[in-house]
Amino acid sequence: MSQATADPRLIAARVAPRRRMRLSWTDPVFRSIVWQIVIVGIVAVIAWYFIHNTNQNLAARHIATGFGFLDRVAGIPIGEHLLPYDPAVNTYGRALLIGVLNTLQVAVIGVVLATILGTLIGIGRLSKNWLLARLTGFYVETLRDIPLLLQLLFWYTILQGLPGPKQAFHLGHIAFLSNRGLKLPEIDWQPAHTAAVLVFIAGVVGTIQWNRRARRQQDATGVRPAVWPVALALLIGLPVAVWATLGAPFNPELPVLRGFNFQGGGTVSPEYFALLLGLVTYTASYIAEIVRSGIQAIPQGQWEAAGALGLRPGHVLRQIILPQSLRVIIPPMTSQYLNLTKNSSLAVAIGFQDVVSIANTTLNQTGQAIEGIAIIMAVYLTISLSISLFMNWYNAHIALVER
Amino acid sequence: MSQASTTAGHVPTPARDQLKVAALGPWAWLRTNLFGSTWSTAVTLALGYVIVRVVFGLFEWGIVHAVWHVPYGPTGIPDTTVCQKAAGIGACWAVLADKYRLILFGRYPYDEQWRQAIVVLLFIGLYIVSGMRRFWRKELVLIWIATLTAVGILMWGGVFGLQLVTEDYWGGLPITLILATFGAAFSFPLAVLIALGRRSTKLPAVKMLCVLYVEIIRGVPLIAVLFMASVMFPLFLPAGVNIDKLLRAQVAFILFAGAYLAEVVRAGLQALPKGQAEAADALGLSYWKKTGFIILPQALRLVIPPLVNTFIGFFKDTSLVLIIGLFDLLTMGKVALSDPPWQSFSTEVYIGLAAIYIAFCFAMSKYSRSLERDLNRSRTR
Repeated sequence: MSQATADPRLIAARVAPRRRMRLSWTDPVFRSIVWQIVIVGIVAVIAWYFIHNTNQNLAARHIATGFGFLDRVAGIPIGEHLLPYDPAVNTYGRALLIGVLNTLQVAVIGVVLATILGTLIGIGRLSKNWLLARLTGFYVETLRDIPLLLQLLFWYTILQGLPGPKQAFHLGHIAFLSNRGLKLPEIDWQPAHTAAVLVFIAGVVGTIQWNRRARRQQDATGVRPAVWPVALALLIGLPVAVWATLGAPFNPELPVLRGFNFQGGGTVSPEYFALLLGLVTYTASYIAEIVRSGIQAIPQGQWEAAGALGLRPGHVLRQIILPQSLRVIIPPMTSQYLNLTKNSSLAVAIGFQDVVSIANTTLNQTGQAIEGIAIIMAVYLTISLSISLFMNWYNAHIALVER
Repeated sequence: MSQASTTAGHVPTPARDQLKVAALGPWAWLRTNLFGSTWSTAVTLALGYVIVRVVFGLFEWGIVHAVWHVPYGPTGIPDTTVCQKAAGIGACWAVLADKYRLILFGRYPYDEQWRQAIVVLLFIGLYIVSGMRRFWRKELVLIWIATLTAVGILMWGGVFGLQLVTEDYWGGLPITLILATFGAAFSFPLAVLIALGRRSTKLPAVKMLCVLYVEIIRGVPLIAVLFMASVMFPLFLPAGVNIDKLLRAQVAFILFAGAYLAEVVRAGLQALPKGQAEAADALGLSYWKKTGFIILPQALRLVIPPLVNTFIGFFKDTSLVLIIGLFDLLTMGKVALSDPPWQSFSTEVYIGLAAIYIAFCFAMSKYSRSLERDLNRSRTR
């Protein structure tokens, strides 16, 4: 309908004959071109001035520009690395790659945990229970008003002030919390585990497909086939079966106290633990507000109408309320995920070696300031862009389809 | 059970709640709000137990067993044995009593610190005046210029018989307030220009520059911008020219805040009905007259609450200068903790710092919310 009656101004513009641009200040087209040339010119001159000075300064300090330093041996000791790393052999490039992986690891785990905690707190704020609503409100108000860096330093000193390994807090002598960090049992990784994980991923895909099929059938016939037995079989049954047929290897390595420290098992260092704790609790306070306002944005009438149709409360929340509030929730949630990722750079203050920390050490050792900062910016721009592209796609996917 | 699952989404409006309370008295209030269902009762009892335990624990630690003063040795070094003994049982607030001047005012000459105290009061006064709606007019700009000039004079001195104090000696709360407030004051005009540039349809090249600027700055963490200011910026300048570290951090803050504020301003520009601009065009107003008299006054008014929220964010973000070694409030807290006798009392110092940040941020966010409510009320009526 709206396409049939086009804007009359557009028609006029289309019909009007193209007239030639006059080289006069009264001609708006000429004026805009001049303005653009002037502004872009000023920016270009400033940029050229900076580049010129930089080249002279670098020449005076005998620093070679370029990324050649990435191939040199780094010699930076790195505590936590997802890839094999030896400071005596590996290069700056490898060290930075490990930093990127550390950043990504903190960001991914942080986003998942913060979403869970934030959603719980956001729903808690809407609880009918006065005490729960007030307590979660207090949590949100307090954590939002303290700088994240201060919170990180606080958690870090708390974790460092824990008793030593000999007096560590423990959970049935399996997990230990001491000033050396969190010690957890580690599973000896076998091909059977890899196979089980792969089957699990296939199971996730299968469950999503089955869920789609169920929805189609519900739309067509009104009867929804049960999803949970299939999900249970695909997500838990099949991986366990695969793992069992491959011999069911299970020999966890428990951390054991030997002398002044623990031997064996996996470690979560105090730095990593403090960073994750701070990021998750801080971001959760923002996510809680987003979830709360998202649910509150749905008019009361939706609950009442769904109730009048005879839907059960669980169904109302899942089928009526949540799909609508997700549309309100997704855009601000995206920016919180981006914030968490960017805030993970504060790791440098408590000594967790993320990409910023390693790039900082690199630029101090090599003097390659520009390249170091360029790497930091490139990494974060790539991450930010990927997250916002994905979330935009997801947002378009769940957006209201209008006529 | 059905009660439990509806608790998630059903929100009684406050007005309806109050009516119920007024009509039925405190017992009915307790029954609906704390013991509404089996589930609710269980939550109340469990939470109540935890809260009582924690509050009593904190009361004992923070007040009953706390150490408020410690004796000083003959050389002026505090004797913290009392605190060491109380560690884990009682708080050692004596560290704040001993170090509060250092934390609040840094290494500024001791006898001149009254100037910094006035600066802090000036800033608080400026925030209060800016928050009052009767001052929302052009004269507010003059008030800001006058206050910021007064702040500069008080901090530097060198005129009116004040002793000259260079930036190397500034520190503590004034640095935090200066970074946040000067950052806001200078980034705001920048942000308006960037937002207008991003909205412009006739200047595609300028629009592209603005988009690039905003997206790059918003895509990287503040630390990257601060590192840029501290290690990369000196390379940009001709040899021999040296800009002070504080000023470089301030410039980084302005550039960073500019990108975020620009997006807030752009939201206001987008929310304004198109008819306003068209009507101004029909009257034959020039671009700047149209923007200055018609568009901006309305668009900016729409976004005052998010502007305040963004400012709260910057206020907290100033603490990041710790990483590049500037002496703001948080850094001074760490400096105070590097003094050997007080090294193990970081919790107390961090709580003190958090209290200052909370006081500022809570007041501002409370204000922003009440403002939002007021503005919405006038719009819906």
